[in-house]
Amino acid sequence: MSTAIALRGLSKHFDEVRAVDDLDLEIADGEFFSMLGPSGSGKTTVLRLIAGFEQPTSGTITLDGEDVSSRPPFARDVNTVFQDYAIFPHMSVRQNVEYGLRVKKVPRADRRRRAEEALATVRLEGYGERRPNQLSGGQRQRVALARALVNRPKVLLLDEPLGALDLKLRREMQIELKEIQRDVGITFVFVTHDQEEALTMSDRIAVFNEGRIEQLATPVELYEAPASAFVAGFVGTSNLLAGDVARSLVGAEGTFVIRPEKVAMSAPEAAPPAGPSTCVARGVVREVVYLGATTHSVVHLDAGVTLTVSHQNTDRSIDAALERRDQPVVLTWQRDHLVSLGGPGPDPVASPEEETA
Amino acid sequence: MSLSRGLRAALLAITVLVLVVVYTPLALVVLNSFNVDRTFAWPPKDFTTHWWDAAIHSTGARSALWTSVEVALAATAVALVLGTLAGLALRKTRFFGRNVVSLVILLPIALPGIVTGIALSNAFTTVLGVELSLFTIIIAHATFCIVTVFNNVQARLQRLGGNMEQASMDLGAGPLTTFRLVTFPMLRSALLAGALLSFGLSFDEIVVTTFTASPRDQTLPLWIFQNLFRPNQGPVVNVVAAVLVLFSVIPIYLAQRLSGSTAEGLTGAR
Repeated sequence: MSTAIALRGLSKHFDEVRAVDDLDLEIADGEFFSMLGPSGSGKTTVLRLIAGFEQPTSGTITLDGEDVSSRPPFARDVNTVFQDYAIFPHMSVRQNVEYGLRVKKVPRADRRRRAEEALATVRLEGYGERRPNQLSGGQRQRVALARALVNRPKVLLLDEPLGALDLKLRREMQIELKEIQRDVGITFVFVTHDQEEALTMSDRIAVFNEGRIEQLATPVELYEAPASAFVAGFVGTSNLLAGDVARSLVGAEGTFVIRPEKVAMSAPEAAPPAGPSTCVARGVVREVVYLGATTHSVVHLDAGVTLTVSHQNTDRSIDAALERRDQPVVLTWQRDHLVSLGGPGPDPVASPEEETA
Repeated sequence: MSLSRGLRAALLAITVLVLVVVYTPLALVVLNSFNVDRTFAWPPKDFTTHWWDAAIHSTGARSALWTSVEVALAATAVALVLGTLAGLALRKTRFFGRNVVSLVILLPIALPGIVTGIALSNAFTTVLGVELSLFTIIIAHATFCIVTVFNNVQARLQRLGGNMEQASMDLGAGPLTTFRLVTFPMLRSALLAGALLSFGLSFDEIVVTTFTASPRDQTLPLWIFQNLFRPNQGPVVNVVAAVLVLFSVIPIYLAQRLSGSTAEGLTGAR
């Protein structure tokens, strides 16, 4: 598979702040690639560098084999879907979608046909004559998508395009975006701070932290084998075992992660014995959070750490779980479900005490 | 919001009072333009269209009107070009002293007209060696007309944000095409509103005009001021004033229609 975008030693400094710090990244042709991270982690700056709205402090951006680092935005074969959509308010939906073809002097009949096709792709047939202010948020989002797709760019850049939509619409659009991407075969580079969004849609995800990539992996790898405490904490809920706690519960030096759904909770009398492949820990339930499909129990272990345990609400009655507050319990988990982060000490920002605060 | 009966009555009374205070004198001007009596004796003994006839045939009034229109149009044109450029420049670049430049542009409208007038008159005649003429009036008016355009452009640009232009560039349009197809159309109504205000400011300006006009150039406000106390001209001045009242309704009405429709058109940008 050929490379759509290659970033080499890319840096962007704003005065003293290193928004992007010596980044190397290759994005494959036809890939759905997500850049995930908290605000200020540099993911949007990378997107703006690729689009050409920012000039890199150093490093190069290669698009389809060509160095485009110093080209203006209008001379790069990429298109952007903006966070606020940036639909031109003085033009109809059709004029908005045709805009890119119009400035490239595509003949009228041709661009009209292609605009209709693009509108059909985003399921907005017959909306061409509407004004942007007559559309809902979700429809505007689709217009922005059509306006970018109609140009058949090498790469489509999406800057948190679902952020302004409500949850239900966001879930629908996640699946639809993935379908559209598969249909058109264009490389998508998707920026988001929503881990669920990234896991749902992406082929690969780069987790950003302080201008650097913390981990670059498939969604499954990212969730099942986080490379650092930061990734473990940012992608999904995680329990961190470190230092003395790790020594007493796991019997090994280092920092370990265990996901809430991999931990089982039982009454002390029904506890299975500890074994070579099973870890057992005693504790007291501090909080029970009912979430519909699942219930989260927050358990303070005698070993001095607080773990979150998640269980599916498969029974019709979950009263038993809810009544466990302040009751002693035993937690068990398989040793091979532990993910070792290596290193002697945990990352200070994700120490167990702070995580439960 | 529901108000008590008494409060609502009080608000209505105050509103009516304010409107009466503002509009009665204006109505009087129109009414007096038909008053037979030269000194506007009240109540009028009889009505006549004689003064209207005289005003229409008054060459002084007519030439003063054209002078004013000419000055206002020219000053507005200068203000449109410079105000738009200043608004665009101050948004795109964040250079040191940006706020100072903004303040310097806004200052002329806050300065007392008499100071601006004396300063410009001095600068024209002694320093620059330019003779006072229509040209000097236009330049003087443009100094404060720029402010209305500049303010409107800045407010509009702030409301729109920079993303529309970035989107245009992203879709393959260069800077000039972007200005022609995106920036200018979105500024158009703001520019028109600024131009109407600017025209109005220039049209009724009297203090700065007094200092920057040569004795030959007479704008309408200057003409009114000079003829007001001449017993023979009083009624004619009154007719001119009545015409001005009726005419100033038109731009205000247009400006209102314009801002109403733009507010509607811009909700799509949010």
